[in-house]
Amino acid sequence: MNELLQRKPSLRAWLLLAPSILWLLIFFIIPLGIIVVYSFLERDVYGGVVWKWTLDNYRRVFDPLYFKTFLYSFWIALLTAFFSLLFGYPLAYYIATRPEKTRNALVLALMIPFWTNFLVRTYAWLTLLRTNTGLINVWLQQWGIIDKPLPLFGNTFAITLGLVYGWMPDMILPIYAALEQLDRSLLEAAEDLYASGWQVFRRVIWPLSLPGVIAGTMLVFIPSLGAFVTPAILGGGKRLMIGNVITNQFLGAHDWPFGSALSVLMMAVMLVATLIYFRTGGEEARRGGLG
Amino acid sequence: MNSAPAPTPAGEHRLRHLIGQWLFHLYGFAGYAFFYLPILILVIFSFNDSRSVSKWAGFTLRWYEAMLQDRQIMIALWNSVFVAVVSTAIATVLGTLAAMALERYRRFPGRLFADITLYLPIIIPDIAMAIMLLAFFNLSGIGLYTWKVNFFGVRLAVPVSVIIGHVAFNISFVAVVVQARLARMDRTLEEAAQDLYATPWRTFWRVTLPLMMPGVLGGALLAFTLSLDDFVITFFTSGAGFNTLPVRVFGMIRKGVTPKINAVSSLMLGFSLLLVTLALLASRGREERKVGFF
Repeated sequence: MNELLQRKPSLRAWLLLAPSILWLLIFFIIPLGIIVVYSFLERDVYGGVVWKWTLDNYRRVFDPLYFKTFLYSFWIALLTAFFSLLFGYPLAYYIATRPEKTRNALVLALMIPFWTNFLVRTYAWLTLLRTNTGLINVWLQQWGIIDKPLPLFGNTFAITLGLVYGWMPDMILPIYAALEQLDRSLLEAAEDLYASGWQVFRRVIWPLSLPGVIAGTMLVFIPSLGAFVTPAILGGGKRLMIGNVITNQFLGAHDWPFGSALSVLMMAVMLVATLIYFRTGGEEARRGGLG
Repeated sequence: MNSAPAPTPAGEHRLRHLIGQWLFHLYGFAGYAFFYLPILILVIFSFNDSRSVSKWAGFTLRWYEAMLQDRQIMIALWNSVFVAVVSTAIATVLGTLAAMALERYRRFPGRLFADITLYLPIIIPDIAMAIMLLAFFNLSGIGLYTWKVNFFGVRLAVPVSVIIGHVAFNISFVAVVVQARLARMDRTLEEAAQDLYATPWRTFWRVTLPLMMPGVLGGALLAFTLSLDDFVITFFTSGAGFNTLPVRVFGMIRKGVTPKINAVSSLMLGFSLLLVTLALLASRGREERKVGFF
């Protein structure tokens, strides 16, 4: 046995990998397969499945009722990625231009919310945004700035804000990593050539930070598309995303085949997004090589 | 990148530059306020002497008392810790072994398959993983088994399915963290050990493992945090009647907002801060002071 292992490195590699791959094969790949198979089956009235093949579940996804939810989730994920980039990029730039010690402290300060519970962070916004008793509306009314409570809760604004709050560090960190590696002599060269501040940004800084921007956008977009907790808490039961519909199919309506079809489609959208990311990321790397 | 201001001869330029810098500082400050203020307000109102979480009525600790006397919350707390300890232990061993294979043996038959299997759980959103596991446990009957255990004098009945699910999503994270550590490791020390006729086993225990320990610890802490924080996968794989702290909090939020939830949330925040501190201490053992996810 020992001799065989000595001679065959690939056997050694697989011996080390076997426990985790086996675990994931049984408890991840097979379950994934089950969902895919379920999505082509019929439901039975007791919340199980009937082994009859059908495409009805996928047809139902395009029923306007559900398709609207799909589009809405897509829209929310886009908004979240957009605002995370809009507000996150300057913050990443701010961190990257601090002296080294401050910089490390700021990055750490950004990671701490990352390590804290997502549910707790979402709940924090619930206490701030609620229409009549939320802190923001209470304070604004006390100070006489507004007469009637602002519609801050149970809408697209609340869900997007909650998601931006939850995932923006995922946008900032890769952009920061790209900016931190930026060669300062390139900026000096641009300034020596009388480039204006905007030109330096547009022609040098932005293209070089693009890999970080693309990575960050993916890291924010994917979990936002699959969000379940944020719309459940901040959507106030009025605004549903695809994650909530899937949950209802599995825990409420007991239509597992349809819930499976929705999940398979959601994962397909994410897979396409990931593939686009790798393709554009690859091209950026080639173009951004600067000779 | 350093922020040495470009020399601008004209005073007007200099003023504009200063204002720009000042606005930039203000923006940075506002950004961090955005991240920390909601959490801070949440903690403050856990001490509020009223049922309201938006009108201050004086200081009290009664919500913490109520939390400690709430048997369901306490059981949920112990469930959380138990699930996190067990799943972290399993995931750390499995993930570390996998990381060693991927880092040491660059090319081998089936490498692509191994990569996909290991990284897919990171990309797939937790809701998808949760329903996959729910369907699997339901079909296989594993969902019916509970692990009855006496954990520090507290009787717990933990569904095996929850632990299995937590290990499944944690293996990948441990593997990534440990692999990153191994990639930066100095291999010459291992070669030296082998040149001195140390057996492969001895080389592993005396050289490799101590060198990669910060990575293993970092991976374990990340796994522990993710396990403690997980709501979605636990919610779907546990069945009725079993609560971890996040599942309990979600149930409480659905019934209405009270400062007691703020108290439980503050407790969870405290846990997270403790883990961050531990992670920082663990990362001090590294030779390179590179900031990032270990």
